[in-house]
Amino acid sequence: MSKTTQLELLVGAFMAAGFVALFFLAMQVSNLGTVNSGDSYPVIARFDNIGGLKVKAPVTLAGVEVGRVLDIYYDAEDFRAVAVLGIYSQYDNIPDDTFAKILTAGLLGEQYVGLDPGGSEDVLKADSEIAVTQSALVLEEVIGQFIYGRAQEGAN
Amino acid sequence: MIRQLAALGRSGLAFSARLGRANLLMLGMLAGVPAMLRRPRLLLEQLFSVGVLTVLIIAVSGVFVGMVLGLQGYYILSRFGAEATLGVMVAASLVRELGPVVTALLFAGRAGSALSAEIGLMKSTEQLSGLEMMAVNPQHRVLTPRLIAGILSMPLLAAMFSMLGVYGGWFVGVGLLGVDDGTYWAQMQSQIDWNEDILNGVIKSVVFGVVCTWIAIFQGYDCVPTSEGVSRATTRTVVHSSLAVLGLDFVLTALMFN
Amino acid sequence: MNHAAAPNDTLVRIRGLTFNRGSRVIFDGVDIDIPRGGVTAIMGPSGTGKTTLLKLIGGQLRPDAGTIEVDGLNVHELSTRELYELRMRMGMLFQTGALLTDLSVFDNVAYPLREHTRLNASMIRKLVLMKLEAVGLRGARRLMPGELSGGMARRVAMARAIALDPMMIMYDEPFTGQDPISMGVLVQLIRRLNDAAGVSSIVVSHDVQETLSIADLVYVISGGKVIESGAPDQLRSSEGASTRQFIGGLPDGPVPFHYPSAGLTADLFGDGA
Repeated sequence: MSKTTQLELLVGAFMAAGFVALFFLAMQVSNLGTVNSGDSYPVIARFDNIGGLKVKAPVTLAGVEVGRVLDIYYDAEDFRAVAVLGIYSQYDNIPDDTFAKILTAGLLGEQYVGLDPGGSEDVLKADSEIAVTQSALVLEEVIGQFIYGRAQEGAN
Repeated sequence: MIRQLAALGRSGLAFSARLGRANLLMLGMLAGVPAMLRRPRLLLEQLFSVGVLTVLIIAVSGVFVGMVLGLQGYYILSRFGAEATLGVMVAASLVRELGPVVTALLFAGRAGSALSAEIGLMKSTEQLSGLEMMAVNPQHRVLTPRLIAGILSMPLLAAMFSMLGVYGGWFVGVGLLGVDDGTYWAQMQSQIDWNEDILNGVIKSVVFGVVCTWIAIFQGYDCVPTSEGVSRATTRTVVHSSLAVLGLDFVLTALMFN
Repeated sequence: MNHAAAPNDTLVRIRGLTFNRGSRVIFDGVDIDIPRGGVTAIMGPSGTGKTTLLKLIGGQLRPDAGTIEVDGLNVHELSTRELYELRMRMGMLFQTGALLTDLSVFDNVAYPLREHTRLNASMIRKLVLMKLEAVGLRGARRLMPGELSGGMARRVAMARAIALDPMMIMYDEPFTGQDPISMGVLVQLIRRLNDAAGVSSIVVSHDVQETLSIADLVYVISGGKVIESGAPDQLRSSEGASTRQFIGGLPDGPVPFHYPSAGLTADLFGDGA
C-alpha cells in the first residue's frame, strides 16, 4: 500500500470516526433520537398554578409522550397561567374534554403535563382549549391543608 | 517610577502590535483558502498530523474522564437516592464542558505545540523565506492548510472525547456500580437536548479550534528565529491557548446557558 | 518610461538606498549597479547587512528611502502579483540552503516546477535530473535534506534555484562553514552556472579569497556605505585603509579590535559601573 493511500485512509477513518461520534451524541445521548421532530399543533391549557413546569417539559398520555410544552405565560385578565402544549400531529384523536394535570416525575423530579382522555366524540384541534385542569401540587399547600384538616378533626 | 510606567507603556504597545500582526496573519491565511481548496492534498496531510495523531490521547483521556465522572457522580448522587440520573450528569458535563475544554487543552499540548515548533523551525531555517523567494506565498501554502485542519479536527475530536466519556461513565456506573442500564440511557436521552447542550458544545469546540490553532500558528510564525525563540514560542502556545480556552469557555457558557 | 531605456547591461540598479533596523542604520545612501551576465560580489565584514541587501532586492524588505530596480522594474512599486512574477525570474540561495525538510532532494528541486508550471510528470523528472546533474547530485535524489552534508544541501538548493531558469541568482554566504573541498566545488559551480546558463550572479560573502577568485566586479560595504568597488585586482592593490584591512584580514585598523569602551586603566581602577 502506497504512502498516499495510507494517509488518505487514515484521515478518512479519522473524519468518519468524528462524524460517528457526533451522530452518537445526537441519537443516543440527546433527545434528538427520541423527540418527535415532526409537526405539532398547539393546544391551550389554563392552570391556577403551574408550579415548576418549564417550557419543553413533556406532555404525556397514558405515560407515552405525545407532545411538549411550547410556551408558558401569565394571563393578566383571569390571573391564571396559560401553558401552550404542542401535541404531535399524529395524535389527532384526543377527545376535547380531556383532563390536563401537572404531575411530578418521582419525588424530586421534573414536572410534566399528564393528559387523562375524556369520552367526548369531538377531538382537540389546533388552538382549542383544554377546559378541565388540575394545578401543580405545591408542597407547602399540601402540608398546610393536611395540618388544617387534622386541626379540624381535633376540634370535632 | 517613571521607568516602570515607561516599561508598562512599552509592553502595552508591543502587545497591541502583536495583536495587530496576529489579525493580519489571520486575514492572510483566510485569503489562502480558495487556493488551498484547489490542492486538497495539503489539507489532507495536515489533517493527518493535526487530527489523526491527536486521536489516541483524546480517546484515552475521554475514557478516563468519563470513568471518573461516573465514580464521583455515583457517590454524590447516591446520597440523594438519585443514581438514576447518573447518565444525565455524566453526559451533560461531557458535552457541555469537559468535552470541548479538555479536548482543547490536550489539543494545545499535543498538536498546538507541534505546530508552533514546526513553523518556528521552518522560519529559523529560512524555509519560509525560501518559499517566498520561489514566488510561493508561505502563508497560503504552509499556514492555511494547518489552520483549516485545526478548525475541522477540534469538533470531531471533542465529539469522540464526549462519546468515549459517556461510555466510560457507563462502564463504571452500569458495569461496576450497578446502575440500571436502561435508566442510564433513558434519563440521558430525556434530559440532554440536541440544540441546547450538544450543538452548543460543538460551537464551543469550533471556537476553541480557531483560537488554539491561530495561537499556535501565530506563535510559530512570529517567533524569534533561534532555537531559544522556537522553544519559547512552543511554551507560549500552550500557556496562551490554555488561558484563552478557559477564559473563552466562561464567556461562551455565560452567553449560551444564561 | 525613459529610464527603461537605460543601458541594457545593468540588471540591478540601486540608488540612494537607506535602510534602518530600529535605531541602527544598515544602509545610508548606497548606490550599486549590478551588470548583466557577470558575477558580482558584495563583500564586507559581518553585520554590515549583506543578507539584508539581498532581501531588499528580492522585495522581502522595504527600504526606508531610495529605489531598487531589477530588470527595469522598481521592486517596491510592484503589485504582489508582479513581484511574484519577478521572483520567478530570480533564484536565491540561502545560507542554510533552506530546503523543505519534509521533501526529498528530488521533490525539493521539482517544487518550483510543480508550483509554477503545468509540465507533466515525466517532463518534470527530466528537468529535475538535468538540474541535479548540473550540481553533480543526480545520485542523491532520493535522500532527505537531513541526510545531506552542508555543502551538498547548498548544491541541492542551487539546483532548485536554477530550476526555473532564472535571469539572476543571489547567493547568500555560499562559502560559510565549508571544508576546502566543498568550498572549491561551490566556487567552481557558481562560475560554471553563471557562464553556462547565461545568468547573472550576485554573491554576498566575507570569504575574501574565494569570492575574489570568481567575481567580475566587487563592491565592498562597510558602515552602511559602499567604500570601494572595482575588479578584484583593483581591490587587491587598493590603498584604502578599510579595504586593505578587510582584504588582508588585518586584526586592527579602521574596524578596531576592541569593542568601543573606556580606557582599560579607568575600567580596572576607576569606581566604574
